[in-house]
Amino acid sequence: MRSYQELLEKANSLQLKISEIVILEEVQATGLARVQLLERMKQNYSVMQQSVEQGLRGEWKSYSGMVGGDAARLIEYGIKDKSLLGQRMNNLAAKAIAVAEVNAGMGKIVAAPTAGACGVLPAVLLTVQEVLGTSEEDMVMSLFAAAGIGMIIAERASVSGAEGGCQAEIGSASAMAAGAAVELAGGTPEQTAHAAAIALKNFLGMVCDPVAGLVEVPCIKRNAMGAIKAVTAAEMALSGIKSAIPLDEVIDTMASVGREMPCSLRETAQGGLAVTPTGQRIRDRYS
Amino acid sequence: MKNSRVFDLLGPIMVGPSSSHTAGAVRLGLMAGKILAMDTKNARILLHGSFAQTGKGHGTHLALVAGLLGMYPDDERIKDAIQLAEGYGLDISFENADLGQVHPNSVKFELTGTNNQRATIVGSSLGGGKVTITEVNEFKVKFTGEYFTLIVVYTDYPGMIAEITTKVASAGINIAQMKVSREGRGRRALTVIEADEVISNLLIEQIKELPKIESVMYLGQLN
Repeated sequence: MRSYQELLEKANSLQLKISEIVILEEVQATGLARVQLLERMKQNYSVMQQSVEQGLRGEWKSYSGMVGGDAARLIEYGIKDKSLLGQRMNNLAAKAIAVAEVNAGMGKIVAAPTAGACGVLPAVLLTVQEVLGTSEEDMVMSLFAAAGIGMIIAERASVSGAEGGCQAEIGSASAMAAGAAVELAGGTPEQTAHAAAIALKNFLGMVCDPVAGLVEVPCIKRNAMGAIKAVTAAEMALSGIKSAIPLDEVIDTMASVGREMPCSLRETAQGGLAVTPTGQRIRDRYS
Repeated sequence: MKNSRVFDLLGPIMVGPSSSHTAGAVRLGLMAGKILAMDTKNARILLHGSFAQTGKGHGTHLALVAGLLGMYPDDERIKDAIQLAEGYGLDISFENADLGQVHPNSVKFELTGTNNQRATIVGSSLGGGKVTITEVNEFKVKFTGEYFTLIVVYTDYPGMIAEITTKVASAGINIAQMKVSREGRGRRALTVIEADEVISNLLIEQIKELPKIESVMYLGQLN
């Protein structure tokens, strides 16, 4: 899939949702049957559910020992104290952190699109499901919409932090989640694009600077922010707010910003937060 | 990543924290174990580059051993792999090493099987869980495990490759990629065949019966 524009034209001419077009294209490209694709995506959906449950249930410690327990902390605070924006928002952030903590603790997750950004999609989609009471079938479909947006990003830019910085990982995840959330809420294919564009625009330039080279600091908390931005972008798009710059051009911008980013800020742990005095002390302790 | 597919973006289902340092490492261990083709008794594992530098916090050690034990990247026992291996009486040692001009995430396995057969394997984790094996028993190779992979070791002589590929073709199997490397003319040679279809035991036996065959290793398809 080379552009969202292409996807949009097909969706409009066939009067189908973006997810349906993504499935049609995938059937054509792989020779797999629709039912096989749905079955495999259902596995992704159930692992996403399990990872949220696992992460919220216990206090996960990262394998390195550097971080952990923040999802539980956030949930407990949301129950005991008056959370600033209410429990829903608190839970959204907690779910994203929960999955990222499960990942850091060597638990099972779905890379979406990467392991480092694995918390964004489950947090956003499962929270929308709680609000809308979405069926499992529609949840699985929405993941195809997310994948479609991701495929265009992979084609025109990258979803790898080593190539494009964190904008390519959390930024991509946030754009995918925003688009999928719009489809779940019954928005149009145009609104799906606006949501993804608005989300991605708000990550342009974000560097990948993992302390000690581990997928922990600042990655885990960035998952929470990716989820929050995705939902905000989806709300804006559903209200009729448009992204002035179309999604394809935002993706191209992400690619060019990534190319201009120095190597030290692309997952090498040689720049950004990784080389702060504290970052270096942590590195000496944990790696 | 051009021409990516749906499940490149959503997937793999894996044990964290890193697709390159954990999931890819499991696959490398798995391939190494399949090349040895029997239970490992002793494993000396040499870590290169980023595997040596940031491997510890990513559980790369556990992942490599989990693969040797036959686990896949979504196995939740990966974090207990070293304990499990010790329970099986496996003797494992890790060292940091410079493996030369290889990808930053690379590893060399020096394995001894329960029947004292030995194998050395060098491989790299390329990101997103994708891997490539670059050396088997000192022979330069290049394969990914994405196809049904067969490795044939034999003494080089004219027509040998044709004999092997004729057997493969007559079984109705399509070869996607093939790489031959040899120590020298008329010396030991190794051919890697990556096929689109499953290779049957019958075909493997037929290849083993060809003259001058030393060994045949079948890795199946690992993805």
